[in-house]
Amino acid sequence: MAGDLVINVNGKSHAVTAAPDTPLLYVLRNELGLHGPKYGCGLEQCGACMVLVGSEARNSCKLTVGEVGQAPVTTLEGLIENGELHPVQRAFIEEQAAQCGYCTGGMIIRATALLLQNPEPSDQKIRAALDGNLCRCGSHLRILRAVKRASELMWGDAQP
Amino acid sequence: MTDAGGAAFAKGGREDPRKAGSGRAESAWGETSTWLDDWLAIQPDGAVLAFSGKVELGTGVKTALAQIVAEELDVPFESVRMVMGDTDLTPNEGFTAGSMTIQSTGTALRAAAAEARRALLELASDRLDAAVNELTVENGTIRIANHPDRSITYAEIMGGRRFNLQVTGQAPVKPPEAYRIVGVSVPRVDIPRIVSGEHVYIQDLVVPGMLHARLVRPPHLGSKLVNIDESSIRELPGPVQLVRHGNFIAVVSEREEHAIQAAHQLAVGWQMAGNLPGNQGLYDALRGQPAQERVLLDEGGVERALEGAARRLHAIYTQPYQAHASIGPSCAVADVRGDRATIWTATAGPHPLRDVLAQLAGMSPERVHLVNVEGAGGFGHNGADDAAADAVVLSKELGRPVRVQWSREDEFIWEPKGPAGVIEITGGLDETGQIVAWDYHLWSPTHVNRSPVAQFLPTSLLISGQTAPASPFAFGAERNARTNYSFSKQRVTLHYTSDSPLRTSAFRSLGGAENTFGNESFMDEMAAAAGLDPIEFRLRYLDDPRGRAVIQAAAERARWEPRPSPGLRRTGPEGAAIGRGMAYAQYENDQAIVASIAEVEVDLSSGAVRVTRFVVAQDCGLIINPDGVKNQIEGNVIQSLSRALKEEVRFDQDRITSVDWESYPILKFSEVPEVEIVLINRPDQRAVGVGEPATVTTAAAVANAIFDATGVRMRQIPFTPERVRAGIS
Repeated sequence: MAGDLVINVNGKSHAVTAAPDTPLLYVLRNELGLHGPKYGCGLEQCGACMVLVGSEARNSCKLTVGEVGQAPVTTLEGLIENGELHPVQRAFIEEQAAQCGYCTGGMIIRATALLLQNPEPSDQKIRAALDGNLCRCGSHLRILRAVKRASELMWGDAQP
Repeated sequence: MTDAGGAAFAKGGREDPRKAGSGRAESAWGETSTWLDDWLAIQPDGAVLAFSGKVELGTGVKTALAQIVAEELDVPFESVRMVMGDTDLTPNEGFTAGSMTIQSTGTALRAAAAEARRALLELASDRLDAAVNELTVENGTIRIANHPDRSITYAEIMGGRRFNLQVTGQAPVKPPEAYRIVGVSVPRVDIPRIVSGEHVYIQDLVVPGMLHARLVRPPHLGSKLVNIDESSIRELPGPVQLVRHGNFIAVVSEREEHAIQAAHQLAVGWQMAGNLPGNQGLYDALRGQPAQERVLLDEGGVERALEGAARRLHAIYTQPYQAHASIGPSCAVADVRGDRATIWTATAGPHPLRDVLAQLAGMSPERVHLVNVEGAGGFGHNGADDAAADAVVLSKELGRPVRVQWSREDEFIWEPKGPAGVIEITGGLDETGQIVAWDYHLWSPTHVNRSPVAQFLPTSLLISGQTAPASPFAFGAERNARTNYSFSKQRVTLHYTSDSPLRTSAFRSLGGAENTFGNESFMDEMAAAAGLDPIEFRLRYLDDPRGRAVIQAAAERARWEPRPSPGLRRTGPEGAAIGRGMAYAQYENDQAIVASIAEVEVDLSSGAVRVTRFVVAQDCGLIINPDGVKNQIEGNVIQSLSRALKEEVRFDQDRITSVDWESYPILKFSEVPEVEIVLINRPDQRAVGVGEPATVTTAAAVANAIFDATGVRMRQIPFTPERVRAGIS
């Protein structure tokens, strides 16, 4: 029944009215008003709709709310803590790593997942990780620089 | 001094400029305003509003324009807020296209800001009781130079009042050496909100009470509806409303997911058009059409010079249809109720589209308020305008605001395509390797094709069941058909085909990319035939010192080793073929100058081409924002590499078959080379746009590099592994 579902997004529980087979993307955007994840293809081909499920970056355009269940979901907005941008978000500003910016949210999510798993990825590793995220404006080189910068911001002090 | 004490601004700090008494000539297709209040307003809190009918397309132009205003007006950069692309608030500047915003709007805003500064100084002179030449301005505060304690701010003088002045163009502008905001890499104003998720794209816009619509489209505009089974969606959650007019079919619901599900499930039968040539027959079909001939240049005696040449070369190059392929499919919201309409759209031409959509809504343009809301990068005429037309039809019918979101497939099939074209060049060399004849022909449909008439919008054609009429336009293919070289006996002829198998319209650089691919590939073929280094060969025919400087700067950065092509070098005994290639152009023959050098690795067994390094030198006159320029150059290079290596819209007899990112792949992170950029700043030269120029040279630079590596000449875009391998074997 609609209204029975509760999902865990950005650290809070939300009762949603959507049916369980509804893709997470539309629930995030239309019920929760979170526009960080974007509709790009609906085919899991472009990465514009990416969110973190746990610490894994997932396309949200086909993943249903039923499948997500109680797993913690983090959107672009949820990376902000106490009004402070996440280091990956800051790095994207520092490197001016956007043109139209439509793909940026997905890139930031994917980069965050990568850096949680691999604090200092090589250029090749970053490229491989981001291959599922498409950018039409050609901001790739800036995005690569931003991910490296984010690694410094996130782990710079913690690394030996 | 004119009395500046006009009416206070209406809500939002501004009155309807159409009532401003500016005496502007209204025209459907863009106009300019000489009325200062159409461009600038100073708010009581000191904020400066700058108005432009152009729009931000993701290029950072909003930031660059604000820099120009802040500089000329002497106010802090942060105090300037650009208001763009709103038909109730901004001047009509037609379309945002052709890399013209810096040239046109930048120039207009500079003149407006200079006029405002002059007026403010004169007003301050009265208020401070001091001569204008005794005054200084800093950060929006005017002081008496010798009595710095006696001052007045712009806001105190103007706050909320109109200037009631014309922009005369006579107000003194700053000399470039005095610039402190222009020429600096000011960070883009919009990126913080992009990374936080707060930036509102058209796809994010929520209008209270709006319905969600999806379209159910035929495979092609010529397909006819055979049957539609409404019961196929009856069991779905909803309610979902079916709207049908002829071949225009939409499903509308309160919830987006219900509309999507219904669009997937609605059973519709179409009769295929079956009249398309498919990719195989495309170029013959284009050349076989009746064409309007346009001779751009004819020095006379070209045939005789070709006959007398010691060597004649002949080549045919082809450019496929390509897709704008915006990452975010088109979206729009319309609220058409009673005799008023508000339309939110990512169009690049707010005022012209307002007038067309007013026809569609059956009301006069004054009753239609069109608001630009940014979309994903569009790179020309994509689906944005058509999605707005869809929304107008649905909102008018349903009496509620309607949001239309195109699917990925809708976008690939229904966006107008960058035109296909065929280029045929014949050239002659004398015994010494000097060019003595150059005969250039291009067959192309129109590049610019925005209907000014509502009945020819695809939305209207679906409703009426008519097929698209031949375009009334023949424009855009001339861009860079002529070169900037000075060899004699040139002829350049365009053959504008009367129609196009697929609908075409403006795509980044228009004919600039295809023509430069032809011209600069053929220059390379001529250089190779003459046994000369490609750069040395080009410089023989280039008189312009700025052009020569750009080529030399690129060559220096790339550490270009002068030698003829092909070099046929290998990475090792069994290794890949490596090569380098260059191309040069001045965009539109009088805008930014670009030289590109590509280095490639070609896998000789698979034919796969990897671009390993890409160097660009560019002269765009006065540089407004160096990092912004670099961002645009990187974007141009990566996108045009993708176009050169991968992109071709596939279609068969019935329909377009490139419908998603698997059937229309674009360059991925693992395929992007390092891009090295040399900027040549010319503060004494006018600032020209950078949104397109570095697109035009890429394909030829890569083709020339493939030739240098393998001896194989790629004359057909894209340079897929299959085509390269076919050339090698």
